[in-house]
Amino acid sequence: MTLLNIKGLAIDVDRDGQTRRLVHDASFEVDRGETLAIVGESGSGKSLSALATMGLLAEGLSVSGGEILFDGRDIVQMDAQEVNDLRGNEIAMVFQEPMTSLNPVRSIEAQLTEGMRLKMGLNRRAAMARALELLNEVGISDPEERLRQYPHQLSGGMRQRVMIAIALSCEPKLILADEPTTALDVTIQAQILALTAKLCRDHDVGLVLITHNLGIVARYAQNVAVMYGGRVVEKASARDLYSGAKHPYTRGLLDSVPRLDLPRDTPLSPIPGAPPDPTEEISGCRFHPRCAKATEVCVTDIPQMRPAERHEVACWHPNLTAKTKTGAVA
Amino acid sequence: MTSYMLRRLIGSFIVMWAVATLVFFMLRLVPGDPVAAMLADAGGPDEIAAMKARLGLDRSVFVQYGIWFSNMLQGDLGSSIYGSRIEVARIIAEALPRTLSLSLLAFLIAMVIAIPAGIISATRRNTMTDNTVSLFAFLGLSMPDFWLAIILIIIFAANLQWLPAIGYTPMDEGLWQWFRHLILPAIAIGTAFSAIIARMIRSSLLEVLNSDYMRTARAKGLTPRMLMFGHALPNAMIPVITVIGIAFALLISGAVVVENVFAIKGLGRVLIEGILNRDYPVVQGAVLVVSAIFVFSNLIVDLLYGLIDPRIRLN
Repeated sequence: MTLLNIKGLAIDVDRDGQTRRLVHDASFEVDRGETLAIVGESGSGKSLSALATMGLLAEGLSVSGGEILFDGRDIVQMDAQEVNDLRGNEIAMVFQEPMTSLNPVRSIEAQLTEGMRLKMGLNRRAAMARALELLNEVGISDPEERLRQYPHQLSGGMRQRVMIAIALSCEPKLILADEPTTALDVTIQAQILALTAKLCRDHDVGLVLITHNLGIVARYAQNVAVMYGGRVVEKASARDLYSGAKHPYTRGLLDSVPRLDLPRDTPLSPIPGAPPDPTEEISGCRFHPRCAKATEVCVTDIPQMRPAERHEVACWHPNLTAKTKTGAVA
Repeated sequence: MTSYMLRRLIGSFIVMWAVATLVFFMLRLVPGDPVAAMLADAGGPDEIAAMKARLGLDRSVFVQYGIWFSNMLQGDLGSSIYGSRIEVARIIAEALPRTLSLSLLAFLIAMVIAIPAGIISATRRNTMTDNTVSLFAFLGLSMPDFWLAIILIIIFAANLQWLPAIGYTPMDEGLWQWFRHLILPAIAIGTAFSAIIARMIRSSLLEVLNSDYMRTARAKGLTPRMLMFGHALPNAMIPVITVIGIAFALLISGAVVVENVFAIKGLGRVLIEGILNRDYPVVQGAVLVVSAIFVFSNLIVDLLYGLIDPRIRLN
């Protein structure tokens, strides 16, 4: 059984009495020990999908369709208590903003051990011992001292390591990491990602890595789902995606990343226009206003996900057997 | 932290000195003096001069200040210039427990109402419960304390006759007697206070509940109780405590008015009688004590900050 299997997920927002759909028919799956990257711009619905999995959608947002099967049980159908029982010990989450994601008035020890004491029934001493182990594991030096400290005494990278330790603390089966490195220095980003990926592999934890940075996907993820305007537009293994993106949006993303292995005068080709407002109504394919290949059918009909050469792609004119511009395999 | 507290303590004494000095000179700028108040038109020039000499008012203001100040440093606040010339320290020793009992009871009542009310209206935002709490908060804020005091007397003392309308019984004559006399004035003073604090807790909690770290805490699957009392409330109370510090001062000034309605001879009544009679030593002593209460309640607020917020404690 797949660890996490999201099928046809739809998320709506209620604002001023109007209902708008933010996520349409999103499906993806991830298994233990495996990493799935969800890639997309802000507003593409990637974070919402993760929050829905945690049952932590903000007020006004709700799951209006589809299933979120975790170990075969549908989270959408669970009551608040059942979801709360899953949080922490079955599914854990690492958030984007390490600077604000820890409680400023509680010690690291309190924040790291409270979950273990509640969910695993550890006493203070056992929880402390495990906390020290975890801090060692996430590469924090002098863990005894750190446990006594407060978030403001730690650097951003350090805080994110603490967040990862918290996520791992109750031995979850699945970790959702929502842009875990976006707020960090570039030098720290790689360390944190490598650490997260390694720990998830070591502990046989499924990892959903949400990012807008295609560059980091290739190294750490086995599978990739690309989201645009609230829809999943392409799914493939990381290798296949880099060697031949089928959706024009994915290709655009790859082409707009500067690369050192190309001649210096190679122009970048950014995607024209801006991502749509998530609540905006767009007919047909949501990418068509920005797509060079758009035709009549793209404006009128919504493309469904279809298999195409080891990919799945939602496009009327997928780029079959085409390589990215240079034909290089990333 | 220690050196910070030391600095604060020194600052507090400077503030108290400044207040005392200001009051000393302002009293003497106010038209009318104690001799005129006492003798009215009865005394001739000789009697006036004699009385001025007796009270030390014939010397220059600065000499008077010097004498008063050096006496004060030795713990001598002087004596009332009236009647049996009771020592100011004794007058205050009698009045202070009344005012403090009243203010602290009002404070306790206010907090016992405000904290649950604030939590309930924040967690059930925009529901009937929230609106009801808000309505009562606005009512509480809009009622002047002396008016509420009179209404409470009419209902609970005059009509229902459950509680005494006036007076004060010290705590050592029985806790229940003490409480019976203070509960109505305490409610009169505490109502507006609790309304302010409840509104503050509500808005501060709403902000905290939307914060990133609350989302992290929810992602741990903690119980609602752990989320509220372990994570949200300690953060939400930080800005509220500032207001509590300022509002506690208001509580004392509320006591001045309400003490008069309930005929409790507390610091407020002492102060007002002293001013009306131009009883310089009594007013000076009472103001000194009131300013000490203000200054130290703010000092306590600062200490609480450090207790709650490690960012302050450790920097």
